Amino acid sequence: MSDFPTNASVVVIGAGIVGNCLVGHLARLGWTDLVLLDKGPLPNPGGSTGHASNFIFPVDHNKEMALLGEQSANQYRDMDLSVDSGGIEVARSEERMQELTRRMTSAKAWGIEAHLLTPAEVKELVPFINDDVILGGFYCPTVSVVDSLETGSTMRREAIETAGCQVFANTEVLDIETTDGEGGIKTVRAVVTDRGIIEADHVVIACGVWSNRMANMAGATIPLVPAVHQMADVGPMDVLAETNNEIGYPIVRDMDTFCYERQSAGSMEVGSYGHRAILHHPDEIPSNVEAALSPTEMPFTPDDFDDQMETAIELMDMLGDAEIKYAINGLLSLTPDTMPCLGETTEVRNLWSAAAVWVKEGPGMAQVVAEWMTYGYPRVIDVHGADIARFYDEERTEDHIWSRADEHFIKTYGIVHPAEQWEGRRNLQVGPYFSRQQSLDAMFFQARTWERPQWYGANADLIERYGLLEREVEWDNRWWSPITIGEHLNMREHCGVVDLSAFQIYELEGPGAIEYAERLAVNKVDVDVGRSIYTPWLNADGGFHSDLTMMRLGEDRMRIVTGVFDGGRDEFWARRHMPTDGSVTFTNITKQLTTLGLWGPNAPAVLSQLTGQDLSQNGSPYGSIIDAEVAGISVQLFRISYVGDAGWELYTGWENGPALWDALMKVGADLGIRATGGGVYGSSGRLEKGYRLMGAELESEYNPLEAGLARPRVKAADFIGKAAYLEARADGPPEVAMCTLTVEDQTDGQGRTRHMMGGNEPILDASGDRIVDSHGRVSRVTSAGYGPSVRKHLLMSYLPQELAVPDTNLQVMYMNELYPVKVASTGAVFDPTDSRMKG
Amino acid sequence: MRILVCVKRVPAPGARINVTADGQTVDAAHLGFTTSPHEECAVEEAVQLTEAHGGEVTVMTLGPVEAEEQLRYAASVGAHNFVLIPISEVDWDPQRTATALFEAIVAIEETDGAFDLVLFGNESADSGGFQVGVRVANHLGRPIVNGIKGIDLDGENVEGFASARREIDGGFEVYQVPLPAVFGVKEGINLPRYPTMKGRLASKKAVVVTDQRTVEVGGQLRLRLHRPVEQITETVILGTGPEAAPAVVDLLEELGVLS
Amino acid sequence: MSLLVVCDHDRGSLADASLEALTFAHPLARAAGLEMAAVVIGEGAEIAGQGLGAYGAHIVHTASHPLLTDFGPEAWGETVAQLMISTGASALLACGTDRGNEVVAQAAARLDLPFVANCRSVDPTGDQWSMTRVQWGGSLLEDIDLTAEIRLMTVAHHAVEAKVAEAPAAGSLVSFSPELGEETVHTVVADRVVLTKGVTLSTAPVVVGGGRGVGSAEAFAPLEELAAELNGVVGCSRAVTNNGWRPHSDQVGQTGTRIAPDIYIASGISGAIQHWVGAMAAKNILAINTDSEANMVSRAGHAVIGDLHQVIPAITQEIRRRKG
Repeated sequence: MSDFPTNASVVVIGAGIVGNCLVGHLARLGWTDLVLLDKGPLPNPGGSTGHASNFIFPVDHNKEMALLGEQSANQYRDMDLSVDSGGIEVARSEERMQELTRRMTSAKAWGIEAHLLTPAEVKELVPFINDDVILGGFYCPTVSVVDSLETGSTMRREAIETAGCQVFANTEVLDIETTDGEGGIKTVRAVVTDRGIIEADHVVIACGVWSNRMANMAGATIPLVPAVHQMADVGPMDVLAETNNEIGYPIVRDMDTFCYERQSAGSMEVGSYGHRAILHHPDEIPSNVEAALSPTEMPFTPDDFDDQMETAIELMDMLGDAEIKYAINGLLSLTPDTMPCLGETTEVRNLWSAAAVWVKEGPGMAQVVAEWMTYGYPRVIDVHGADIARFYDEERTEDHIWSRADEHFIKTYGIVHPAEQWEGRRNLQVGPYFSRQQSLDAMFFQARTWERPQWYGANADLIERYGLLEREVEWDNRWWSPITIGEHLNMREHCGVVDLSAFQIYELEGPGAIEYAERLAVNKVDVDVGRSIYTPWLNADGGFHSDLTMMRLGEDRMRIVTGVFDGGRDEFWARRHMPTDGSVTFTNITKQLTTLGLWGPNAPAVLSQLTGQDLSQNGSPYGSIIDAEVAGISVQLFRISYVGDAGWELYTGWENGPALWDALMKVGADLGIRATGGGVYGSSGRLEKGYRLMGAELESEYNPLEAGLARPRVKAADFIGKAAYLEARADGPPEVAMCTLTVEDQTDGQGRTRHMMGGNEPILDASGDRIVDSHGRVSRVTSAGYGPSVRKHLLMSYLPQELAVPDTNLQVMYMNELYPVKVASTGAVFDPTDSRMKG
Repeated sequence: MRILVCVKRVPAPGARINVTADGQTVDAAHLGFTTSPHEECAVEEAVQLTEAHGGEVTVMTLGPVEAEEQLRYAASVGAHNFVLIPISEVDWDPQRTATALFEAIVAIEETDGAFDLVLFGNESADSGGFQVGVRVANHLGRPIVNGIKGIDLDGENVEGFASARREIDGGFEVYQVPLPAVFGVKEGINLPRYPTMKGRLASKKAVVVTDQRTVEVGGQLRLRLHRPVEQITETVILGTGPEAAPAVVDLLEELGVLS
Repeated sequence: MSLLVVCDHDRGSLADASLEALTFAHPLARAAGLEMAAVVIGEGAEIAGQGLGAYGAHIVHTASHPLLTDFGPEAWGETVAQLMISTGASALLACGTDRGNEVVAQAAARLDLPFVANCRSVDPTGDQWSMTRVQWGGSLLEDIDLTAEIRLMTVAHHAVEAKVAEAPAAGSLVSFSPELGEETVHTVVADRVVLTKGVTLSTAPVVVGGGRGVGSAEAFAPLEELAAELNGVVGCSRAVTNNGWRPHSDQVGQTGTRIAPDIYIASGISGAIQHWVGAMAAKNILAINTDSEANMVSRAGHAVIGDLHQVIPAITQEIRRRKG
């Protein structure tokens, strides 16, 4: 045994699939001085990897999960530790059959071979299935079964051989020490183990279900909870034994009963996500010596599994007479929003999380974290959805984690609508107008922790006024209302008030504030006081990190306003790059300021009744922010629009909000003012103007040129990503351009009008083939929605330059059917000259 | 053939046994519960005997109401009738347990006639008192042999006798025992089957008869449980490569397996 | 007043465990103010009872009866019970072997007295005797109070090492003839079967296990040889049966056979949980593995770090050398 090291560049805690692959990827990226620790023995230290079912269904509606799943499957294949068993998701209900058509669409988007099968065709592949209880199946021949333990060992050996990685099993981490680094920033210092202390530049927590407890040692949080997934191994069965193979039949996912049946040599593994959510505190997990099987293979609770047994026997009668040889309550990690926790922790510098990652995406996620540590942001794909910085404080509490995990466990195999709302943990953050909105019968959508009205039931009269209809197909109509179209048309005709309290607002102040702000932003920040800019923030590779508004409020004062979905990431990014010399202070004033949007042709008329301020384009020019008194309340008027009509964002103290709301509503009553929801602000109004949204159109895989957000000139000052940005500009016209497309015929095969939702539906060429650029990026719908003022269903997608030409005819796939679409614009389809906003 | 098997619900062995803070019982949070392993084999043996010779298996347990789980497990592997003698204490001492079981057996036998065989585990996995079966047999006035690893009702047996084998060094002692008789069964007598899924589902419908018993305590009073001074759990490395062979053979000699 | 120690023997040959019982009982008797006596039962008792004075037995009762030939738990238990009554003994002790526990249990049942099995220590100084006894095969200890005028107990096997008393006692042989009826000899050994073959995986005292590291079906030959030398059998991991190197009946594990040998020699087995579940009841485990961090090595009591293809033949050779 080698001597225990006293220092290392990186200490990785956890030798499961993630930790092992991580040291392997770090070695490939040139890191040395690596140490890998685990409290258990090798090759199976007792975490979730050791009892994983080890199969990968590559089709996922979520882009990050699909692409990292595919990436992982390929890494397993490259090591020859993978077998393509094929897999079938079977449907027992009509709703599931519709879901399978949605799976077909996602398979098409990601270029994965898939087929819809009749029950008889399913039976041909799986002769022991009872085809009477199913309506059909979704077959994917590249579903694979991997050897995750051996993969981990292989990657670990690679790190040992190529980078001298030192590995210590049976070594328990007792503490993670931090120190006040430069500028008083809490920074990781050392890992204290039962064998000694290792000082480390970086520490990565990759210990699955124990990760939050480990992070807590350093004062950080990794919001996940250990949860039970029950699994029983039943057998032997001759039909399986005769294959003489670990797996000879496709894996069957019985989606409507939340179970899977996966052959394992002569036995069948029946796994369930259908039981009640069984959550554990990490302290309830036994140590290796306390566990009969392994710490994460807890005693089976058969009562929870009985219903699954009955439904499994319905599907495969032979299972009934097979012996239950091995059954566990296996632990895996659940997060509040179902996505992994990757990246640097927000609380402790150089302390990284690589947690809540399952075997199916382990190698790919490990690569992501290794690249993140190396390049400042992952290159393989954008992982903003998995970025641990996305969580607000309220989302890191045990209450929240447990409640959300409890709610979404059953959705593991569920049919989840893209707009589906959570039931529990609501009203965590509400605007100052909440009671007024409730009395207007607002339908609230939750954006992370913030409640935002999506539409107002009180505006139902607009349905009749504008002759609107519910959508024909229930799925398309779910979490949607024609009222939102009414609110849109009313705003275009009169005006609307939009609650923007969920805006995340920060201020940079101090002698270095402007210089620092300049370093963050692509566009020139050093504008006149009272002026604002809209600008991307890039990562070092020149891809989007954020897009937001920055307002110059003083010589040494800059306000940053960003969307609620990206607030956590943007705040972390801003703090992470801040000078440590004290020349800049960062303040989050989100909960001190509230914002109301007032837009529409009557907006100036409404506002002018409440203020003496000159509201003309001279007195309140577009992009300016000026102090004014409105209805006797001190307000900042920011002339801007995200919806295509004239108007302002009004910023005022939280406590003034209700009075401002009441004043606007009162004077606007005769001018057609209506409370207007996020359906207009975030969707229909924005789409008609072609405004890009971070996380949808804007991702780290794309740059401002491709997004159509490049300015004619590049500012002189340096900024993060400038070199890469200049290089991209030097390369000439970008390969792809962001386009708005119109759906030319929304009629499906059954004659019903359908509405794409912006869930990665693939844009296809005339022959129905995918459109993929030279970087492997696929053209897919990033946002979609109806444009009431242009009377078209609108889609946004990146397209290769040769196709990014108005009137180009293409197709979109939705629910496994093709619809004709036409390229409309690379800008706005409504009022392209911005005459309504700026005129 | 009517066979009674007495089983005990015990924390599942196989990992470190922790004790509750009050020292009165085992902390089974990480372990779960199971049927004491010798008794699991006794149930299997009884089921196999009735499969071969006809008849019914009754399974009886004395324990907390949760011990119904162990009765249902027995149902899932083929037993027929189930009796729970519920207790509210953590455990009963061996004398008290034996008396309660005896009384419950008598109650059944008064209406249904004598059991041909009563099977116990050789000793319980947890408290290991090595006496409940013997005491019950003595109360019943029936012969008992412990340590049984084979029961044979056919072969050269005289009608009304069973032969039972007990393992000794290098072979077996064979006992010829008149029925009705009692045996203390040891693991290794058979390989207990696992329940099938259908067996498990059917077991939920099994009828469990509750037989409340009031019995005086015996003379052995538990004060507390505690863990022995931690033994060294580090693996002893006997050597590297073939040079380790002499040390290995020393170990084999010490364990007495080098005959 | 005396403390009676049951000494077990097999047809005249005294069991080592009985010497442990005497060794444990001697200081206990002194502390309790009792005289230590022994009892040896059945054919060969006079031979087996010789020399027990060296262990501190004042009197050695040799029980004989026409029906007391070979071992019989009921007859032995009845004999001990009668001797307790006739000598007025106030304590009874045996070694906690299968036989010792069974005989004392039989005596306890007949005398309707409590019986404390597998003690590690006994404190006779209080009003009630207090004992610490073994539970869970030694994983836990239980402190108890014993409420009885006459104390019956066994001492856990291997709790003490047998050694002669500092001051030997007379060890005089005194014969005893119990009154026994036919009904008490129902459970007497009727036959003995010496096993020459047919050791099965689940009952074998030695199992030599091979895993993926063995490499092929042919490479199991050295494991077979070692197993043969130890009167044991070969077992294997699931990886081996999956590769078709051994039949499923050889598979040790959750989905194969669960074994409980005196020693399990696990070679080239990483120690997957499913395998461990089948092997964990082994009384001793020797792991042979090239990887010192392998699960099996961590879990084993003993390990050899090395290539099984070299280590196993070397062990076989060493055994043969010692056997001559």
